[in-house]
Formats: sequence, C-alpha cells, structure tokens
Amino acid sequence: MRNLLNLRLEARPRVPLAMALASPFVAVAFTLLVCAGLVVWAGAPVTRAYALLFESAFGSRFAIGETLTRATPLILTGLSCAVAFRAHFYNIGAEGQLYLGALGAVAVGGSAIALPAPILFPLMIAAGMAAGALLLVVPALAKTRLGVDEVVTTLLLNFVALLFVSMMLDGPMKDTTAMGWPQSVPIRPELEFGKLLERSRVHVGLIIAVALALALWVVNARTTLGYEMRAVGANARAARFAGIPVDTVMLKTALLSGALAGLAGVGEVAGRAGYLTLDMSPGYGYSGIVIAMLAGLNPLGVVLAAVFVAGLIVGADSMSRAVGVPTYLADVIVAVSLLSMLFAAMLARYRVRWS
Amino acid sequence: MPPLVLRLSGITKRFGALVANDAISLDLASGEVLALLGENGAGKSTLVNILFGHYVADAGAIEVFGKLLPPGDPASALAAGIGMVHQHFTLGDNLSVLDNVLLGTEKLWQPFSRRREARARLAQISRQFGLAVDANARVADLSVGERQRVEILKALYRGARILILDEPTAVLTPQESEALFATLKTLMADGLSIIFISHKLDEVLAVSQRIAVLRQGKLVAIRDSAATSKAELAELMVGRRVDAPVRTTIYSGTAPEVLLSVRDLAAGGKLTRATFEVWRGEIFGIAGVSGNGQAQLADALCGLLPPTQGEIRVGLQRIPADPHAFVHARVGRVPEDRGSVGIIGDLAIWENAISERYREPGFARGGWLKREAAKAQAQRIVERFDVRSAGVDAPAKSMSGGNIQKLILGRALVNHPQIIIANQPTWGLDVGAVSYIHGELLAARARGAAIVLISEDLDELFAIADRIAVMFHGVLSEARDDWTVTQIGLSMAGGAQPAHAQLA
Repeated sequence: MRNLLNLRLEARPRVPLAMALASPFVAVAFTLLVCAGLVVWAGAPVTRAYALLFESAFGSRFAIGETLTRATPLILTGLSCAVAFRAHFYNIGAEGQLYLGALGAVAVGGSAIALPAPILFPLMIAAGMAAGALLLVVPALAKTRLGVDEVVTTLLLNFVALLFVSMMLDGPMKDTTAMGWPQSVPIRPELEFGKLLERSRVHVGLIIAVALALALWVVNARTTLGYEMRAVGANARAARFAGIPVDTVMLKTALLSGALAGLAGVGEVAGRAGYLTLDMSPGYGYSGIVIAMLAGLNPLGVVLAAVFVAGLIVGADSMSRAVGVPTYLADVIVAVSLLSMLFAAMLARYRVRWS
Repeated sequence: MPPLVLRLSGITKRFGALVANDAISLDLASGEVLALLGENGAGKSTLVNILFGHYVADAGAIEVFGKLLPPGDPASALAAGIGMVHQHFTLGDNLSVLDNVLLGTEKLWQPFSRRREARARLAQISRQFGLAVDANARVADLSVGERQRVEILKALYRGARILILDEPTAVLTPQESEALFATLKTLMADGLSIIFISHKLDEVLAVSQRIAVLRQGKLVAIRDSAATSKAELAELMVGRRVDAPVRTTIYSGTAPEVLLSVRDLAAGGKLTRATFEVWRGEIFGIAGVSGNGQAQLADALCGLLPPTQGEIRVGLQRIPADPHAFVHARVGRVPEDRGSVGIIGDLAIWENAISERYREPGFARGGWLKREAAKAQAQRIVERFDVRSAGVDAPAKSMSGGNIQKLILGRALVNHPQIIIANQPTWGLDVGAVSYIHGELLAARARGAAIVLISEDLDELFAIADRIAVMFHGVLSEARDDWTVTQIGLSMAGGAQPAHAQLA
C-alpha cells in the first residue's frame, strides 16, 4: 500500500503565470476528452456531436443570444455564491433566494399599486433583492450567534422557499386567468427589462449582471468591505484578533449574497418570463455553486464560467435532438470540468513527486 | 565499553531545497543518555522522526541491536524496541491511564480486553522504575508531569529499550524536571538507552553523558558532557557568539506611574482572579505552567474575551472588551499563536500590516482603502523591524516564523504603544530572532512603555522581566522582583506541595 501510492506534493515557490492562465484550457480539453468516451458509448459520432454542441451554443446570432440569456441568472447566482464562499459563508440556498426574489418582483410589479413605472421599477428590483437577502438573515444570525452550520440551514431553506412560493402561486398570487396553472399574475408590461438584441431574448439583466461582477471585483480589491470579507474568509480568528467585526462582516456578506441571488430571480421574471412559475429555474441556484468554484471565486471569472456553463446547457439541448445523446451529458461535462479545473489549479500550485 | 544498541549512518533528508539532515552518523550505547542539542530548525525532530519511521530518509541506514530497521514503518520501530515521548502528548484525555497504555497493544479480533493482566504488568513496571501513577485516573485529571509519566510508561509497556524524549522539560516546572531526571537515572541503571532532545544547555549538561550538536541539518560536534561547557555548546549550537541583551534598572526609589491596572479579573472560566498593576518603563512577567489561565488572561488583555468579573484600566480609562478599543487605547498586542491568530496568512504582508487600523483615516476614506498609504506603512514596518520577505505584496504565510513574528511585533510597536501585551513572543524562534525580540521589548521599556510578558520560559522571564507574578489554577500571585528558581517553581506548582494537580 505504502509503496503503491508514494507521491508527494511540493508547493511551487511561485506559480508560473503561463501555467495559471493555461490551466483552465487544459482542464476543458481534458474534460472533452473524457466525455468523448460517453458520447461514443451513446452511439454518436464524437466530432459531430461536439461540433453541434459548439455551434448551437456559440455558432450563430440566435445561439449566442440563447446562451447569454441563460448566462444572465447564472452570473448572478455565481456571484452570490462567490461572494459568500470568499468570506467562508457557505450559502447553498441561492435557488430558494432566487425564487423569493422572483416572488418579491411579482408582488410589486404585478400588484395594483397605482404608482408610475419609473418609481415602481426600482421598487420592484429592491423588493426582489430584499426578499432574497431576507432569507439569509436567520442562517447568518444562527451561524454567528449559535454556531449553527449554514450549509444545513441554507440548503433546507430552499425547500421552505419553494413550498412558500408554491403556496402563494396556488393562493393569493395566483393568476386566475391562467387556466388553473399555478402561475403568478404577470408584472406590468412597462416594468419588463428591455431587450438588448433584436429577435433574441437577451435582456438588460445581462448588462446589470456583468456590471455587478465588475463592481464586486473592485469592491473585493479596493474597499474596506472587500478587505474585511477576504480577511474573515481567510482566517476568522486572526481577523477577530485584529479587531475586524467578524459577525457583522458575516451578516453583510450573507445579505449581499442573498440579494444577488434574489436579483437573479427578478431578472428571470422581468427580463424573460414576465410572470413566475414553479419551474422557472432549472437549478440556477445550484449551478451558481459550481460556477463560483469554476471561477475560483473571482467575480470576473464568474462571468466566463457562467457563459461556459450556459453554452453547455444550450448546446447539449440541440446536440441531443440531432444525434440522440442524452442532454444529461451537459451536466456530466459541467461536473467533470469542475473536477478537472480543481485538479489543474492544484497541479499549477504544486509539483508532484514520486518517491 | 557497553554494547551499541543503535547506529545511524549517513542519514540524509531533504525537503525541497532544504537539507534537513545532512549525512548524520551517530551511535548510542546501552545505558547511555545521548543529548541531541540544536536550535529550532536544526534538524533534531526530523532525525528522530526518521528513526521512528514517520519519515523516510533519502539516504542512510539505521541499525537497532545489530539489525537493519526497515524505513518508514513506525510499527517495526516499536517492535525493535524504540519508544518515543512526543513533546505534545499523544494521550486520549477522556480515557483512563490504563486504557491509554493498552491502546493499540491488543489484537483487534481478541474478544475481551485482558485488563487484569495488563493492570498487573503496568503496576510492576511503574514499581520497577519508580513511576507512580494511578492506573484508573482519567488522563484529563492528571497534571502535565503525570501525563509525561504515562507517556513513558506507555513506551516501557510496549517493551521499549531505546527511549526518545522530545523536549521533555518544555512543559514542566523546575521541580517536575528534577523528578524526570531522577526517573531517567533509574531507567539508565536498568540498561535502557535514552535520546534526550533539548535546546536548554543546563539540563543537557546535567542529564546526559554525551552531547551531539546539530546545526542547519549537520552534525557539528559530539562532546562528552564532562569535558565541555555551556559557553562551548552555545557557540557550537548557534555558530557564533550570542550576547544577551542588557537590562538597566529604571525605578530606584522614585514613585512609579501606573499605566495598566487590572482588578479582580475573571474570564473564560479558567481565569478566576488576577489583580496587578504595570508601571511605566517596566516589563511585568507572568510565569506559569501552560493551561493555568494565562491564555484567558492574555485574551482578556487583548480585548478578545469579555471579563466575567473585574476590570481592565489603561491609565484611568476603563476599556471595554473589544480588540479595536484596545488598539485605540494604544495597547500593542502580540498573540501567542503567531501563525493562526497573529497574521492572516493568505493576505499580503501589507494587508496584514494594517489589519488593526484599516478603518482609520490614514488607511481608508469613504469605504475605500488607501492602498499606497497601507503599503508605505508596511514598508516602514519591514524596514524598521528587519522583516525579511519577498516584498510587501507577498502573502504573509510565505515568511519564516521569525519574520512573521517581527511583522506582528512591528505592527504592535510601530506607533509607539504605551502598553504592550506579549504572549509567548519568542516561543519556537531561533536564538537570533529571540535576542532581536528581547532587544525590541527592552527598547520599548526604555522608551517608557509598560509591558506584560507572558511566558512559560523561566530563563526568558529572569533575563528581561523586572517583576514576575505566577499564574496557578486561574489565580495570579503577588508580583515579586526577588524570586529564586526554587521559589518560583514551587509557586508554579501551587505553593508548598509540588507537582500535584496543577491543572483544573
């Protein structure tokens, strides 16, 4: 045993820049190679399948539009997780926060409040973000005050949030004209996000998401809040010793994370659907976790990772229709790419030695 | 000439570019105590870890009782009769002494534990070597000295004929150390061989027959204890002459000015009563065996732990339990655990340099960090306190322990605090860094700062503290400036009766 696996890791004194930059590409290449085996297993020609995957994700105006539409909520949930994880607050509940955010948007945007649109529009966005943030107040306080593990609380609150939304859609907020479907009333048309590209579904939410990624990158590097969040995440004991208010920072981080996920929900309602249904998100909240990890918790990396994952989802759909490979291949590729990305990052930082 | 029991030949071990052990050859005779002397990082621990099979040497061989020891296998080291007492004990606190001794000695598929025989054998061993311990006592209830005895019994129970003791006196009071030395004599008389690792010259001279000095991974000398001196050993160990920093008496007759006063302080359960005053221009030493409430006292004095009773005043001002309030009141703080409390290792050196003051107007405006100002401050600390690093943008964890400590000390001292709380500031540092840090503390004292120095190292306290008080069982004694080693040792063990129940 001892002699079979006698490998050692030695930290490189300095990670070569080329290696750091190349490692994601190497990881993606490796992933495609591994997954080629699965495509063959499904009985499809590998090169054609991958070509279709790429073409239908990025090959045309329409494809790019679809990918970017998908990427919009993914950027926001990715940022939500990246912000929280950086401060070692493991928010696994972006899915629930997204739905509550959507519910908040509908509550304001679909209500009969007689306010002019320019006033109602920011209110709608604020309501969605607040709803998402609110869901994290209890987990954050339970963690800082009582030491309750936030992974468990935020994960389980997803179900609470979904069931709550389900209750609202079957009850007070049900659209009575929707033939009995559990579907919310639509928001007022003048509150919908504008479209960015003609004949596509890409909406202003994309600009907001990318702008927020840039803003968070700046916050991280340049502000006292970013400094506090990084310090608390890297070493909470030392941060406390230095006088950084660890509990307050944790709470701020949680609220920010929840608000970002809530905003993803607002975008889906106001930018895409116009109303809220229970199948609005195909797991955008959970994908946010993977995207944040793929991005190494870097806000700008989140944008790239979200586009990558969105492209896979969109591409796999068409590929599956054309050559009969199950769409689950997209999930497998995302999962394998995460694993190989983590490995690649480790190999960039360490040198492996067999003795 | 007694027969050889152990022979190391050409042991070499590299960690990356660092040569931790460079072709070390040593032998050990039956009934001999061989001391391994060296500074931290000289390669002592690496060598015994190779001997015990925790590490595999890159080159070299080990012979035990004439037979070659297979590398990298602690089980065969045990079977060959090598026993090790680690500096940090490897006992299960919630198990009894007997259970701890038995742990791992019985076959897993044996349906019942043969406790009666084990108990008899343990009693016989402890009688033979004069190591009295209650076999039924829970280890958590034992004093540190007693725990060490259990560790030795554990090794003897497994049939050890070669015993390795890693810094065994680091955690003991002077009286407990004496008791340990007596035990070692009994063991020797029975023909056991002992490797005694230490960096304390006096005890090495007192306890061993031969002394092997390691420096930077090389065996620099082997001396007969009878034919060497402290001065020679110190020079061999460090490679140059080391001069102790000189302290001058400041108060002679004039009334002292009180800068820090602590009254009836209790905190964290383990600190029950501490009352003391620290004067301008004084180093106030706090001695004690670890675990007697010093950690809680230090945390309270750094603003981390809210007192359950009593108060801390800086000058006349009562300070609330908030680290920021202490920094604001010009208290410089040096924590015990430099790697995981003193710095945030993943952040850059400049970010660590301002971690106590990042919200102050000098380093932030309107929520934005002033990075240039912060880096300039870091640069000042690095230059003034001789912190060696790859630049202020490098992560703090990339530095050596001594440089990390200089950064922490610099952060605490750069703004000339009126009070300094230093908890074990030199623990585990090499002689050069120790003397640097002592020098800085003495310079701060000369400037008029009031310094609280918490230390488990009596030599350090006697060298630089003006007055010393002793923590025992959560209570701080009166401070005195005329302790003898014997008196302070007794006090560390709880007054008249030594070595009983120092730990709550």
